[in-house]
Amino acid sequence: MHLDWTALGQVTAVSLGVTVAVVVVFALGVLGLARLEGAREHPGGSSALGLGQAALCFLACAAVVAYGIYLIVPQFH
Amino acid sequence: MDHITFLVAVVIVTALAFDFTNGFHDTANAMATSIATGALAPRTAVLISGVLNVVGAFLSTEVAKTISGGIVDDTLVTPGMIFAGLVGAILWNLLTWLVGLPSSSSHALFGGLIGAVWVGAGSHGVNFDKVVEKVLVPAVASPVVAGVAALLATYLAYRLTDRARKESVTKGFRVGQIASASLVSLAHGTNDAQKTMGVITLTLISAGALGHDAGPPLWVIASAGLAIGLGTYLGGWRIIRTMGKGLTEIQSPQGFAAETASTTVILTSAHLGFALSTTQVASGSILGAGLGRRLAEVRWGVAGRMAVAWVITLPAAALVGGLAAAVVQNGGDLGTAVVALVGAALAAGIVALSRRNSVHAHNVNDTHEVTLRTEPPAKVGAAA
Repeated sequence: MHLDWTALGQVTAVSLGVTVAVVVVFALGVLGLARLEGAREHPGGSSALGLGQAALCFLACAAVVAYGIYLIVPQFH
Repeated sequence: MDHITFLVAVVIVTALAFDFTNGFHDTANAMATSIATGALAPRTAVLISGVLNVVGAFLSTEVAKTISGGIVDDTLVTPGMIFAGLVGAILWNLLTWLVGLPSSSSHALFGGLIGAVWVGAGSHGVNFDKVVEKVLVPAVASPVVAGVAALLATYLAYRLTDRARKESVTKGFRVGQIASASLVSLAHGTNDAQKTMGVITLTLISAGALGHDAGPPLWVIASAGLAIGLGTYLGGWRIIRTMGKGLTEIQSPQGFAAETASTTVILTSAHLGFALSTTQVASGSILGAGLGRRLAEVRWGVAGRMAVAWVITLPAAALVGGLAAAVVQNGGDLGTAVVALVGAALAAGIVALSRRNSVHAHNVNDTHEVTLRTEPPAKVGAAA
């Protein structure tokens, strides 16, 4: 019997890393969005900063999703 | 169509029936958390999932070249054994659906085939090393990895958004859930529809209707894709309820973390050649997401029953598959017809039983229990 421990370790490391990274970046984006919406209600808050943060974070997440689709669809390989 | 004998025709129909149960059994993997958090309306969720399953079936050209990935000796497999194995897998899928337990459709298929080959060709037809390597190890490792990833991600998501406006956070993660759930559906379509295509194609090859190394004809791709897509659209609401409501009460950041963890584990494993069960990965993720939010209640009783179902899925399907194989081998065409009729009767009986306490799009989120009793179970609000 042959067990590929290296591959198992890789799956573990990559899955943990990517999941945590995507969710943290997305959470930061949501935080930016919350700041933007908060600034609309209470003028004086910095809405531009919130918008920029949200846009940047969601863009990064979209890039990861695009890479995911690339991995799923064999025609792209 | 000279090569399409009675047996081959029955195998094709049975394979499509399995594909259909595979679809509605696994809708929950992608969509349960989105339905539970209200990110998607139940009907919309199963429609998206069904369409993406069909798309996935057409996208992937890497059709399974072996029926079982080496778990059984493919050279010893006859169409009769495939039929018997499929019957075992279908009946187990329906039974677990009836009690609302998410169990692995792949394990049911492997189990049915192992049982049928064991009875039909002897124990040397089963590669037990491969069973450990391809079934047991991923079955233990993948839900744990997905669970830990979802736990960490959930914890961090709640820490980061602790002080932000609650409505903005819930709304933001709900939108994210639509994307993450869709990715799980697409990955599921490319994987699971291929299994049925592989089974039908190899049956046609063994019957001489297709040349060796032939790819699946278009009608096979189309019918397998449609069968799994229709099954998904029908929605295994009983299983969706268990996964979305039964394990833990899911909020949208948890749903997003769970689906992200499922997607990454499924994609990295597929990339590195690990076969794994989408069901077990998704269940592990949801449990992890439940543990990651402080004060979230995880119903360990439900998790325990699920774990028991995972352990007995393969042997139970193997038992039915073996029994069916014995009848098919000794009874010829008549035996095949008898197995098909008995299988259809049992399936109809299970569906009739489920009607006693039906779970559908309109009541899927009402409670966290799937019961067979006729009286309405306690509402979540009152019980929890």
